[in-house]
Amino acid sequence: MRYMPHTADERREMLEKIGVGSVGDLFADIPKETRLDALLDLPRHASEMEVEKNFRKFAGKNLSPYSTPSFLGAGAYQHHVPSVADHIIQRSEFLTAYTPYQPEISQGTLQALFEFQTQVALITGMEVANASMYDGATACAEAVLMACRVTRRKKAILSGNLHPHYRGTTHTTLQFTEFEAKSLSPVIEGDEDFSEVLSEETACVVVQNPDFFGRVRDLTDLAGKCHEVGALLVVVVNEVVSLGMMTSPGEMGADIVACEGQSIGVPLSFGGPYVGLLATRQKFVRQMPGRLCGETIDQDGKRGFVLTLSTREQHIRREKATSNICTNAGLCSLAFTIHMSLLGETGLTKLSHLNHGEAVTAAEALAAIDGVEVVNDSFFNEFTVRLPMDAADAVEKLAAKGVLGGVPVSRLIPNHPKLSNLLLVAVTETCAESDLAALVSALKEIL
Amino acid sequence: MLNNQGRPTQPAASHDTGEIFETFTGNKALDLETPLIFEQGVPGRVGVDMAEPKKVKNRLGGLERKGAIGLPDLSEPQVLRHFVRLSRQNYAIDSGFYPLGSCTMKHNPRINEKVARLAGLGDLHPLQPASTVQGALELIDSLAHWLKTITGMPAIAMSPAAGAHGELCGVMAIRAAHEAKGEARQRILVPESAHGTNPATAALCGYKVDAVPARADGRMDLDAFAEKLGPDVAGVMLTNPNTCGLFENDIRKIADMVHEIGGYFYCDGANLNAILGQVRPGDLGVDAMHINLHKTFSTPHGGGGPGAGPVVLSEALAPFAPVPYVRHGENGFELIEHAEGEAEKSFGRMKTFHGQMGMFIRALAYMQSHGSDGLCQIAEDAVLNANYIRVGLNDMLHSPFDGICMHEALFDDSSLKGTEVTTLDLAKAMIDEGFHPMTMYFPLVVHGAMLIEPTESESRQTLDQFIGAMRHLLTRAKEGDVAYFQGAPHFAPRRRLDETGAARKPVLRWTPPEGEGASDEAKLSAAS
Amino acid sequence: MSIKFTEDHEWVLLEGDIATIGVSDYAQEQLGDVVFVEVPEVGSDVSKGDELSVVESVKAASEVYTPVSGTVIGVNGDLEETPTLVNEEPQGGGWFVKIRIADASELDELMDEAAYKDYVEGLA
Repeated sequence: MRYMPHTADERREMLEKIGVGSVGDLFADIPKETRLDALLDLPRHASEMEVEKNFRKFAGKNLSPYSTPSFLGAGAYQHHVPSVADHIIQRSEFLTAYTPYQPEISQGTLQALFEFQTQVALITGMEVANASMYDGATACAEAVLMACRVTRRKKAILSGNLHPHYRGTTHTTLQFTEFEAKSLSPVIEGDEDFSEVLSEETACVVVQNPDFFGRVRDLTDLAGKCHEVGALLVVVVNEVVSLGMMTSPGEMGADIVACEGQSIGVPLSFGGPYVGLLATRQKFVRQMPGRLCGETIDQDGKRGFVLTLSTREQHIRREKATSNICTNAGLCSLAFTIHMSLLGETGLTKLSHLNHGEAVTAAEALAAIDGVEVVNDSFFNEFTVRLPMDAADAVEKLAAKGVLGGVPVSRLIPNHPKLSNLLLVAVTETCAESDLAALVSALKEIL
Repeated sequence: MLNNQGRPTQPAASHDTGEIFETFTGNKALDLETPLIFEQGVPGRVGVDMAEPKKVKNRLGGLERKGAIGLPDLSEPQVLRHFVRLSRQNYAIDSGFYPLGSCTMKHNPRINEKVARLAGLGDLHPLQPASTVQGALELIDSLAHWLKTITGMPAIAMSPAAGAHGELCGVMAIRAAHEAKGEARQRILVPESAHGTNPATAALCGYKVDAVPARADGRMDLDAFAEKLGPDVAGVMLTNPNTCGLFENDIRKIADMVHEIGGYFYCDGANLNAILGQVRPGDLGVDAMHINLHKTFSTPHGGGGPGAGPVVLSEALAPFAPVPYVRHGENGFELIEHAEGEAEKSFGRMKTFHGQMGMFIRALAYMQSHGSDGLCQIAEDAVLNANYIRVGLNDMLHSPFDGICMHEALFDDSSLKGTEVTTLDLAKAMIDEGFHPMTMYFPLVVHGAMLIEPTESESRQTLDQFIGAMRHLLTRAKEGDVAYFQGAPHFAPRRRLDETGAARKPVLRWTPPEGEGASDEAKLSAAS
Repeated sequence: MSIKFTEDHEWVLLEGDIATIGVSDYAQEQLGDVVFVEVPEVGSDVSKGDELSVVESVKAASEVYTPVSGTVIGVNGDLEETPTLVNEEPQGGGWFVKIRIADASELDELMDEAAYKDYVEGLA
């Protein structure tokens, strides 16, 4: 087997040196009656060529959104990943490195994390960010737990227009803790009102911007109302490209920002691995979950970086840790950092304008179709349309024509008849004019 | 209250490093420095070309950003060089041996990377209609089949994103199962030697953690365990092989005992590598176990992630598994995405989408490459290598527990007593010898612990060189060459770093120097 | 009033009904360089045995339990900026918390300086 170096002779000699007769003797502690006496009922080993063939077969049964007109969003966005980003993350020294617990031989990973933390803090308008979470939804759940610890309160309010999977993940995460989350109902028209539910018992209000339906909202007033009662404002951002042209959550008064960072540098990959961003104010940093990288100096006085404030974490604090999280999104955060470095201020701004321009164009084209209504007054690169038919059926019919036309709201919020005709349409820089034309004509055919 | 595993984290004052020449640039030939990306930008450069944005009437609802963000502008070659230089300051499994106990740092085959990037696999959107992703769902189902077969368990939850996330999944299933029976149990038993994630996870599920001491032979103390068992115990979390590198030979008894009081057996699967194809956790009475695909099945560690932590479940816990999951339906594979209907007992959703697909692809490629015969060989060679290191060192280093180990060899620091050289010093000196240090000061039950896991990937020549280096250093330590050790590493890109200073005054981001080019907001947030 | 010690290496100095609490010289030595001390809110009521504070070095965090019951009337604000005080003057400037106590007899079972010295020597 190509991955294992020992020859039969070497194995025998090594066993001799260890002083046992057979390899079976090394497993003598396993209860005899449970030891397997035959190979597992699975195929035998395969060559690289065979393996590749198997996976090409899997791939052949899928329709790639990069090879067909696609308007899918709802938490994962189709963007171009620069080849430099994918090349660098495949360098052995990044790809096959361990967690940087030995800083003297991990400065590459650590400096990149420090740059990542800085980039995240800058785009969210916050003071500090951690070294990443699993994804947006888990970052959101951790933000809520963190807000409860900071405020020493137990009740979180989740906006009805927060991504339903983020709400679900937060409810799941909190269900067995002393904390509770209350989800409001989705609001399709008009502004969501928190005044009824906000009180001096509220730990935090969680809102998404742009929200699940794509709408953009100035959160400054809401931040003020939260702070009046001593609650924190948690802002979720699903599509971080929006931060290239929008007022940052920090500027609007957010206390914690939780984002899905996939849009920058991370492939769609059928939902994971992605990269959760978590940013906050300096004064809350000791209540933050996850790894943190900090600047310091070495014995010779040279600048260097280390993982720091580890006493928050499970490997030291055990049951009293701020979270049970250990693994972060390592390589995905590196891809994010590389892509963001390539973009810079100029590129991120331009990319966001490009996305917005394509989306506005698409919204106008769709609104011109008979029976199709664009629900949003405001949006960034994703908006909701109301179709004269069930949106899930429409999506199937469009797929049959080779168009991935969007995400039906009912897929994420089922059993809600009022929402069944709503379709989320995301339009990014990858959308060609011909893609939009294909969607428009396919929609006209099926409606 | 004292945790006496504290160790020096502030380097001694700089002393003669033996360096004769300093260079103008700070570089040393191939050892190349690179400033922070923020210190390299020139406004107006760009590293990505793209089309001109369409001129449209802005529909941002008045929320257009006013000030600058503060990101640096760089060209593509600058960015490439920056990150290539950074990469060269990292140790990696491709360049050397990681004897990291409990972490299973093994070879990462490149075919796995290749197939993960195939068009139609790596670029699928999670919310495409099921009809357009039948191959992806089939792949998940196939991986699930391999994992269930390897572990001998009837069910699996694929979505957890990492080991600790998998633990959360397993313990939530346990809690949900108790609640479904109307039982409110309070405690989870966890051995003292457990990974920190175990008690942290139990706490997140609202359980009180009750630590069970270890016996003199390094296994969980069965008498103490029996004493702590009671009707308020929800279950036990046990790593097997355990964190001392030993198989818990009473495991079936432990499973029976916890089942007898109506509790469940959670097995931390971090050390699954040692028993692949040798024994199935399902035959040992396990109710839930996470599988670290980034350990056992070689998906790359990536400098700390991403991982993937699918959880195999017993019949008793299966109904409570999280959504979404894949099932065979009338029209092929389907995704069940909501906790309703057939999934009404599910405890809910754990992450945004279906799981770490990128890791699934790599892990399945790895398993197919090995097959049933190769998987069995993995465990044999991993255990063989660990024992080879054990006997290669046990005349110079003290093993706290006698006899054959599984996939990792554990030593304490008693052999260093009187030398003034600590486990940490020894580990840092290993860096100069070209090895990644072993896992140190874990498990906590062993003083100055050194936990060495060689994995099946390492050749006998590498093991011999490692043993030779360790013996050399131990001899040097016993000869009293303390200054050498306390100054180590001498040859790494950085010497020991001031972790105390880093923790006392945390600097967690770059801020522009006073009066230079950053945006107003950046300055504002840096100042507050 | 003389200083008393607990088996968990906290010290208590009672002056009138005000108890000042910190960690012993032995404790700071074991902890290593202290980087952070978390202190309770002034005004909070604590009972003997409650977690009062957490003292952190880089790789360890240790809970400090109150050996007396009462109301927290003061915390050492200097520790936020200068946690090194715990290492440098553990039984002086490195104090953690002042508590107005309800029951002075709670101190009776604690060790005096000589007994604590013997106790620490026994741990080596």
